[in-house]
Amino acid sequence: MVEVKNLTKRFGGIKAVDDITFTANDGEILGFLGPNGAGKSTTMNMITGYISSTSGTVTIDGYDILENPKEAKSRIGYLPEIPPLYVDMTVRKYLEFMFDLKKVSLPKVEHISEVMNLVGLTAVQDRIIKHLSKGYKQRVGFAQALLGNPPVLILDEPTVGLDPKQIIEIRNLIKSLGKKHTVIFSSHVLSEISATCDRIIVISNGKLVADAKTSELSSSISGEQKLALEIEGTQSVVLNGLKNIPGVIRVKKLRDLNESLGRYVVEYQNGIDIRREVFNAMARNNCTILDMQSGNETLEEAFLKLVTQDQTQKSTGGRK
Amino acid sequence: MGAILKRELGAYFNSAIAYVVMAVFFFFSGYFFFGICLVNDTANLGYVYGNMFVIILFLTPIIAMKSFSEEKKQKTDQALLTSPANLFQIVMGKFLGAFILYAICCSIFLLYALIISFFTMPEWSVILCTTVGILLLGGALLAIDIFISALTESQVIAAVAGFAIGLLIYLMEVLISNLPFEWMKDALQSVNFLNYYENFTYGILNVADVVFFLSIIGLFIFLTIRVFEKKRWS
Repeated sequence: MVEVKNLTKRFGGIKAVDDITFTANDGEILGFLGPNGAGKSTTMNMITGYISSTSGTVTIDGYDILENPKEAKSRIGYLPEIPPLYVDMTVRKYLEFMFDLKKVSLPKVEHISEVMNLVGLTAVQDRIIKHLSKGYKQRVGFAQALLGNPPVLILDEPTVGLDPKQIIEIRNLIKSLGKKHTVIFSSHVLSEISATCDRIIVISNGKLVADAKTSELSSSISGEQKLALEIEGTQSVVLNGLKNIPGVIRVKKLRDLNESLGRYVVEYQNGIDIRREVFNAMARNNCTILDMQSGNETLEEAFLKLVTQDQTQKSTGGRK
Repeated sequence: MGAILKRELGAYFNSAIAYVVMAVFFFFSGYFFFGICLVNDTANLGYVYGNMFVIILFLTPIIAMKSFSEEKKQKTDQALLTSPANLFQIVMGKFLGAFILYAICCSIFLLYALIISFFTMPEWSVILCTTVGILLLGGALLAIDIFISALTESQVIAAVAGFAIGLLIYLMEVLISNLPFEWMKDALQSVNFLNYYENFTYGILNVADVVFFLSIIGLFIFLTIRVFEKKRWS
């Protein structure tokens, strides 16, 4: 279990991470999402004890990372953004070194073979790391994080630079690891996180802007749902008719399809169903609905909204 | 510590570094041994050791330059610093790795002593003393160079700064004689490496000399640890 409380990091006058609090439970895969430069890597570096926090605490299974670094660090497997590889060593030699460095108390040869098998490195175990391709280097980095079966895995953008096939492999690997380990993994690619994680944390400008189950995220953050319509009728009548329906927040006309036919989007409050009212209101006004599609905002839209909302708040705040 | 030490030695001996350093060390010590002992028909190794002072000043930065700067550049320091090993173990592992390579270089003197022993009885007291002295001198210089290497990502800067320190130590006598004030001379004289090292080459094992070099080693290992502590906290 990883508990992060009020974590803050300042670099000079800049707050790279600003008061982040969350908990990752045992057997949970937690996605860490944010645009580049949002503070994901800084947060991960603080969780793993590579850098200290300006204020706030990180505890791993109850051990504070700064006060009991030995116990806390031995429970973490960390794959940083750039895998920490000694490129002049062979894969096996490197893993043996990391095994010793982490003071793992499992049978050495068997355990290393097992981990290499798991990430698909067995075939290249005697190759020197600098001669390996990017994807294989990433796997070696992954393998060193897995050594010693640490209960907590922190993976910083583990799939960067991999081909689609490898990405799927790594995703499946993370999923299978998530059953036994606590996994925190970061990415700026949404599809990746939504395909793998149980829970998503969104960071923007160093602040935590959302913490929700993957399935809840899109609707809960946005707080509204959408209905896309194709309606035949005079524009003003249609717009008025739609606006007067209770629960409707916004109505937009996207474009005209022909003289009388237009495409509209209705945004309405979460938790109610307005489809019947829309039908009835249009019927009263003699407007014909040709097409109606309801849909949540996609995760992509929700994410962008969160991130841009935060930025507009920041810029308006700055003007004051 | 053991893991880091093992890796350090592996890195030295799996690359050209160890062999180049050893070759240079053996070449110059061999040349001095030939020029001083064999040509002049003397069993006194003291002058050979004295001449090696300069060579050691320039070889130690080469041995130590990559110890931490390379780690920082390749970002492998992240693996070290997020491992359960503490900073003292990490720095000591690095230091001992460099020191062992240096000690292997120095072991050539035992061969010279052996060669002398075929002709006459070598002065074992001088050889023993100087071996201790040369190891302490190298240890102190390596500790300084490792500290410098912890400050920068660039091996070149680490090496050049190490050379600068080496030159400063080498020119200390000249520097001291040019100083205007007596107290300044005394202050610099008290950190003059050559003063302390020379006693060993005469076969004098002086506690003060041993303590001096051990303090330098301790001080710079401590400072290296502080560099990483500071980096974490800033």
